[in-house]
Amino acid sequence: MEENLELEPAEPITGLRMNRRDFLKSTGSGIFLYFTIGDLPFLQEEVQGPRRRPSLPTDFNAFLKIGEDGRVSCYTGKIEMGQGPITSLAQELAEELDVPLDAVEMVMGDTDLCPWDMGTFGSMTTRIFGPALRNAGAQARQVLLELASENLNVPVSNLTAEKGVVFDRTSNMRRVSYGQLTKGKRIERHLTKPAVTKKPSEFKVIGKPTLRRDAKAKVTGSAKYSGDIQLPGMVYARLLRPPAHGAKLLDVDLSEAKKVEGVQIIHEGDFIAVLHKYPDVAEMALSKIKAKFDKPASGINDSTIFDHLLKVAPEGRVVASGGDLKEGKRAATFIVKETYLDGYKAHAPMEPHTAVVNIEGGKATVWASTQTPFGAKDEVAKELGIKPENVRVIPPFVGGGFGGKSANLQVIEAARCAKLTGKPVQVAWSRREEFFYDTFRPAAVIKIESGTTEGGKISFWEYHVYFAGERGSAQFYDIPHHSTLAHNSSWVGAQGSHPFATGPWRAPGNNTNTFARECHIDVMAAKAGIDPLEFRRRNLADQKMNLVLQAAADKFGWKPAKAPSGRGYGVACGIDAGTYVAAIAEVEVDKSTGGVKVKRVVCAQDMGLVINPEGATIQMEGCITMGLGYALREDIRFKDGEILDLNFDTYEIPRFSWVPQIETVILDRKDDAPQGGGEPAIVVMGAVIGNAIYDAVGVRLNRMPMSPERIKEALKRG
Amino acid sequence: MEEKVQFKLNGKETAVTVDSDRMLLWVLRTDLGLTGTKYGCGISQCGACTVLVNNEAVRSCMTPVKDVRDKDVVTIEGLDGNGKLHPLQKAFMESDALQCGYCTPGMIMNAYALLRKNPHPSPADIVLEMEGNLCRCGAHKRIIQAIQKAAVEIGGGS
Ligand code: FES
Ligand code: FES
Repeated sequence: MEENLELEPAEPITGLRMNRRDFLKSTGSGIFLYFTIGDLPFLQEEVQGPRRRPSLPTDFNAFLKIGEDGRVSCYTGKIEMGQGPITSLAQELAEELDVPLDAVEMVMGDTDLCPWDMGTFGSMTTRIFGPALRNAGAQARQVLLELASENLNVPVSNLTAEKGVVFDRTSNMRRVSYGQLTKGKRIERHLTKPAVTKKPSEFKVIGKPTLRRDAKAKVTGSAKYSGDIQLPGMVYARLLRPPAHGAKLLDVDLSEAKKVEGVQIIHEGDFIAVLHKYPDVAEMALSKIKAKFDKPASGINDSTIFDHLLKVAPEGRVVASGGDLKEGKRAATFIVKETYLDGYKAHAPMEPHTAVVNIEGGKATVWASTQTPFGAKDEVAKELGIKPENVRVIPPFVGGGFGGKSANLQVIEAARCAKLTGKPVQVAWSRREEFFYDTFRPAAVIKIESGTTEGGKISFWEYHVYFAGERGSAQFYDIPHHSTLAHNSSWVGAQGSHPFATGPWRAPGNNTNTFARECHIDVMAAKAGIDPLEFRRRNLADQKMNLVLQAAADKFGWKPAKAPSGRGYGVACGIDAGTYVAAIAEVEVDKSTGGVKVKRVVCAQDMGLVINPEGATIQMEGCITMGLGYALREDIRFKDGEILDLNFDTYEIPRFSWVPQIETVILDRKDDAPQGGGEPAIVVMGAVIGNAIYDAVGVRLNRMPMSPERIKEALKRG
Repeated sequence: MEEKVQFKLNGKETAVTVDSDRMLLWVLRTDLGLTGTKYGCGISQCGACTVLVNNEAVRSCMTPVKDVRDKDVVTIEGLDGNGKLHPLQKAFMESDALQCGYCTPGMIMNAYALLRKNPHPSPADIVLEMEGNLCRCGAHKRIIQAIQKAAVEIGGGS
């Protein structure tokens, strides 16, 4: 632990060209608390596992500053894309430091100002970053109390802090503000051991529903997204795109495009970009390019993809196993065997991938819609052949990510154009490009064989997941003989599997896994003639899940009946990012059209300590609404590498008329560690709707989306 | 064809000399620097680019500039009066009717036109009128609440 009480003059922060070391030097006086997530022994366990990158620097991960003005600034590499950390992280700091919420400023994702961070995904902000931040805040508060004790000549034990002021409990007259305490000092601390954080009974800010802090900028149109960055001399680049993945450019004629006034054209091999000071004029010029491509015929399309995937699937990796499947089969009174399918899904954030790159004096400044600013920084450095420290990435507001903005192709394209033209360049993908280059949620196949004994107990469970990814594949029921194998553990497939790029999609893997598992549980329940909720209870030793299911059932007013009851009720549960979630839905199926109207969804969640119940509720509502899409309509159609759904006219995402009555319950678990909140509720949406459809009309859809055509077909088959 | 087009923009007389077939969205965003109006699809399918033309909600991505000649155009930047937020803006904030916020300007502009036509909309009216505005974050439920709330405030005691 270092302490430096020397006076250091505050320098103003000027220009964009400052690296972090300079920045730290220039930050003037105040109390600085640094912390490294991977180095905090009390968080080790959670950070390790497949996500921990070997390159985690020994440098700190984040820091906070309490300045002379009493304001608290938190510098973190996490980004805000709508999921709400700009509010919830500030709440955690305000709580531990006893300052008003609006005294806390969040500086997020700027790679020059903020310490390295692997990226904003995996619901890790609240689960892993949050606790570290609270500890840092608590330790900073301790430092302030010690300073105040010296300053006021009162023992720490007599001091209380409130709204950024420390006072003597015995004589309210003796008081000193944080600003006064830090004035002219520079105190640096590294968080190395747990500090004494507030107990839930002491919470004033944590757990209090708090409105978004960025809302004003967003409702007035002043919030800047990457595409809103306009620099002097900047040009917009539109790139020539192949008609299909894997297509090769054979021949190109640029002559007509060149005639458009003010355009500049880059032509380097098959990298062809049209640049203009107006994006729409660049687009118009691009449309004048005549290009011939060779389109390979792979024969793979959205109906043959499942056979193809099974053919190329690697051996399974054991995710979980126990007992002896043979024994379980012997004990079963009946066995059910099903295959579940899920097609490719687009992320389709309303803001397409966008980036602005400006290169000046060998240094690049990048504004980008990205969930991984530090990844983008390295990628740009590589593309430009400069050192990473000469690249600064600034993520403005991000217009939705859902996992899709972990990939930064648009940033590299903008960097390349900026380098070749010597001008600041903006690359803003069109909706077509967004669909074409999306890293889709992978198509996947899941095969389950299971059996049940006389008393409705599941005796065995054999589960194979192909290509969805293994998150959410391990079942949590109390099954004596079970085996879960993941054939391709990740949402990214090996060469030769997916015909285009795939990647993480909100709660990656878990949507598909939970759909299969929870539908299959219902198949068994129906076959056993037991109410699906009761069937789950009989097979759940996990009390936590039982309580979550009960909370949903109470809110819904669940009355037991075996399915199909004709009522259109469905239930499903799952675990994601440490959070337990259960949902019950009511649907209506129009037998003549196959259309499904989801009328009501009740969703209960045990997510441990909730920092901002308002934010957590919004995330649940968002998950439920977004989840309607993949369950009922969303599916990327493609043929030989050609993406057939390239805009919202054919790729349907949820609309106002789809939205059911949504009711959410968050279990009060203040004493438990906080868990993820931005993803869990979406994982149950496929199964809860599938099970409700079965309950309504007695047909099972084993393939998502459960579109009207597929439902009609299933009804015809009976 | 490059020509001068005059219109009223957020209450001010404005003139641009542009190819008048260019879409209003890009002229607003790039020529005029009003970036609150967003691009989401370019084919009138998402509503992110919604602005008011003579108090009607239009999709600026498919509205050529020449179509707004001598008309009254209002963008999200022109909705608040003298720094005072419009009741819709306030209601969106108070209902937390947004997440990433990218769809928000279009939502608010569309809702503005809706309330002008129908000051006391039912939830079903709102759903019908807002159906063409997409939100990927799933803020729909709260957007409906916010519009109802704003309707009450604008309607005053009526
Ligand atoms: S951008 Fe105009 S409606 Fe989507
Ligand atoms: S708030 Fe993100 S698209 Fe609506």
